Amino acid sequence: MSSAFKDMAAIVSEHPMFAGFAAEHRELIAGCASNVRFDAGALLFREGEPVSRFYLIRYGKVAVELASPSRGHITIQTHQEGDIVGWSWIVPPFHSYHDARALTLTRALAFDGACLRDKAAADPEFGFVLLKHFSQLIAQSLERVQLQLVDVYGEVQSA
Amino acid sequence: MPEAAAVADPMVPVPYRVLRQRREIDGVHTLDFEPAEGRTPFRALPGQFNMVYAYGIGEAAISLSGDCDDTKTIRHTIRKVGAVTAGLCSLGKGDSVGIRGPFGRPWPLDEARGADIVVVAGGIGLAPLRPAIYGLLAKRERYGRIAVLYGSRSPEELLFLDELKRWRGRFDLEVEATVDHTTGGWFGQVGVVTALIDRAGFDPDNAVALICGPEIMMRFCARELEHRGMSPADIYVSMERNMACGVGHCGHCQFGPEFVCKDGPVFAYDRVEPIMTLREV
Amino acid sequence: MGAIVKKPRVLDAAALGELFEALKAAGHTLIGPVPRDGAIQYQPIDGVADLPAGWSDFQDKGRYRLNETGEASLFDYASAPQSWKRYLHPPRLKLFSARREKGRIRFDDEAEPIPKYAFIGVRACDLNAIAIQDRVFIGNGQIDPHYAARRERAFLVAVNCSRAGGTCFCTSMGTGPRAETGYDIALTELIDDRGHRFLLETGSDAGESIAAGLDAAAAAPEDIDAAAAISERVAGNMGRSLDTEGLPEILAKNLSHPHWDAVAERCLACSNCTMVCPSCFCTSVEDTTSLEDGTAERWRDWDSCFSGRFSYVVGGQVRDSTRSRYRQWLTHKLSYWHEQFGSSGCVGCGRCITWCPVGIDITEEAAAIRATDEA
Repeated sequence: MSSAFKDMAAIVSEHPMFAGFAAEHRELIAGCASNVRFDAGALLFREGEPVSRFYLIRYGKVAVELASPSRGHITIQTHQEGDIVGWSWIVPPFHSYHDARALTLTRALAFDGACLRDKAAADPEFGFVLLKHFSQLIAQSLERVQLQLVDVYGEVQSA
Repeated sequence: MPEAAAVADPMVPVPYRVLRQRREIDGVHTLDFEPAEGRTPFRALPGQFNMVYAYGIGEAAISLSGDCDDTKTIRHTIRKVGAVTAGLCSLGKGDSVGIRGPFGRPWPLDEARGADIVVVAGGIGLAPLRPAIYGLLAKRERYGRIAVLYGSRSPEELLFLDELKRWRGRFDLEVEATVDHTTGGWFGQVGVVTALIDRAGFDPDNAVALICGPEIMMRFCARELEHRGMSPADIYVSMERNMACGVGHCGHCQFGPEFVCKDGPVFAYDRVEPIMTLREV
Repeated sequence: MGAIVKKPRVLDAAALGELFEALKAAGHTLIGPVPRDGAIQYQPIDGVADLPAGWSDFQDKGRYRLNETGEASLFDYASAPQSWKRYLHPPRLKLFSARREKGRIRFDDEAEPIPKYAFIGVRACDLNAIAIQDRVFIGNGQIDPHYAARRERAFLVAVNCSRAGGTCFCTSMGTGPRAETGYDIALTELIDDRGHRFLLETGSDAGESIAAGLDAAAAAPEDIDAAAAISERVAGNMGRSLDTEGLPEILAKNLSHPHWDAVAERCLACSNCTMVCPSCFCTSVEDTTSLEDGTAERWRDWDSCFSGRFSYVVGGQVRDSTRSRYRQWLTHKLSYWHEQFGSSGCVGCGRCITWCPVGIDITEEAAAIRATDEA
């Protein structure tokens, strides 16, 4: 086992998202990970393109954006250290529906979605655990978008 | 039966004068008031509110937004939402108002001694929390880590920006701000305020959270704090109802068994959660 | 030494006027029952001649009728539409006037003359209702000086019910039919072969001092027994009943019960029930400015949790539907009141049932929730 792999296994096991995973499942995940870096301005995802990865941000800042001809880049959400970015890799047809742009130099672990999907298919128990955790992430992000949509601060309240 | 003659009418305001006023953001003004006649110092606690009377128009319940250690002036940050608040926001130095108060239960700053503090503000909700932040910083040594998490609709609607920057420069305070919407020119975070809770540094087993903002935002934040392991009994929210008399006599601000004016506006979340999730209570 | 027990006296009906005169001499304005406009009304009276001699009432859901009986009895009716609340907690009251002098606001408390009432004919349920409002306006941390001043000066002459009304349920609420406490003088009207007279009991020093000046002899055991028998008979004839066992908890945990929708289909949100309720206390204030001289005033009016703007917060009403307003009223009255003021907010006077234009019955609604309590 290489020391780089051990590092990745350590990072994975320390992250709250994977804390509930069994050791062997964490190893499966770490086995699909690689280190990546993005300069400021580089895209992690591009709208409409196939997505084969998700990222665990280790350093830096990432904006999830939608582009509009009249309004430019509309930032929906920003991510930073510790955040997991991207779940399109697990939902067919595995396409991104937004851009994700590094706002600063960003270092991350990239997880190969095809690799994880294969492992999940081969080990349904692992697949279930993985889906369960990602569905929580998806639900959380859905909730946040709902909160954004209702424009709560438009609901006027006197202080 | 008590001696009625000795009792002052809690419905009659005391005259105050505007000392200064400033526009904070669009539609939100901060006014400082001093007694119109020499009077005893005004003592209030962070989280309490006054009923502020605009001459001939009416009264509005407005939280204190200044430093409660300052007993000479009363500071209110007011959002124009109706005739009374618009009237108040249009006042200038030397103009007169009436004030009744202070009313209600304060933020539990004494009870929170020794704990980490998570302050979560949404929109204008930072105003009622500012006195609490002053109080925490004035006795900084009493508390563990302190995080101030602030969410607003857009960068233009962030309140007390200068002060936020100043607080952010401190080493003993974590300050994070996020906005729901931006189209550029903002280098801070984008997303809802609940996302900040995930990352804030505090020990969920020994923390007290103070939340003020729209009711939906407070519910989402409380849930996020519970998700991080906090007990609902350690989460405090400041409720908004139509407080009118301030003393539990008029009945308007009832919220289940509570009179928001005197049992609140600050409530432990475990007390109000069951009814907060019901409609039209 | 034990507590001093004042011996009951007996007052001849013909001497009732002496009591009224004594109260007037003590500076009291008499407010008593008067048959007017088809109902018993508590209004200023001058003497015994104003009382509803020979009148009785019929009450049921949404129904009230005054009947002439031809009897000699002066107090043979159940709850009057309006309670004594309108005198202690006036429906409309000026709280202050203000003017601007050299840019400064001057507030003038209303230095109104505080009326000194003597209430004649307070029923046991209403004595309890007054005690409830005492807790709201005096015993609740902050004192309402308008209420407190009127209350402090008021002299209460209770008259024990000789008949239960069709919508009465004071026995269920533990508030009657016999006046136990909270009165200065309590009377029980006795009409039998021993004559038309009143058993007179005193409940305060003020009551004792007035009674001492009357031509009233010590009551005979027969008079005391006769009065007790009347209360016992009335207690057995209640028009309604309400099972209060565990009711506060049952209502509090059934806020989403479908039955609230059923009530809302009938309820007009007219607020009659809150207006006639002797314990309902909600008010709104109105701030005004005079166009003539710029004087500002604040007036306080009775309001109701059924009214449109009652729960207004910036942006809309919290309680927009009739369902939520009825639920608020009922749960406040029968459940949350306990937590707020240490007792039920209902005294079983039955007014809300009688005066509901569509005949909604608080005892039936509470029972319906209880019967289908599944929470």
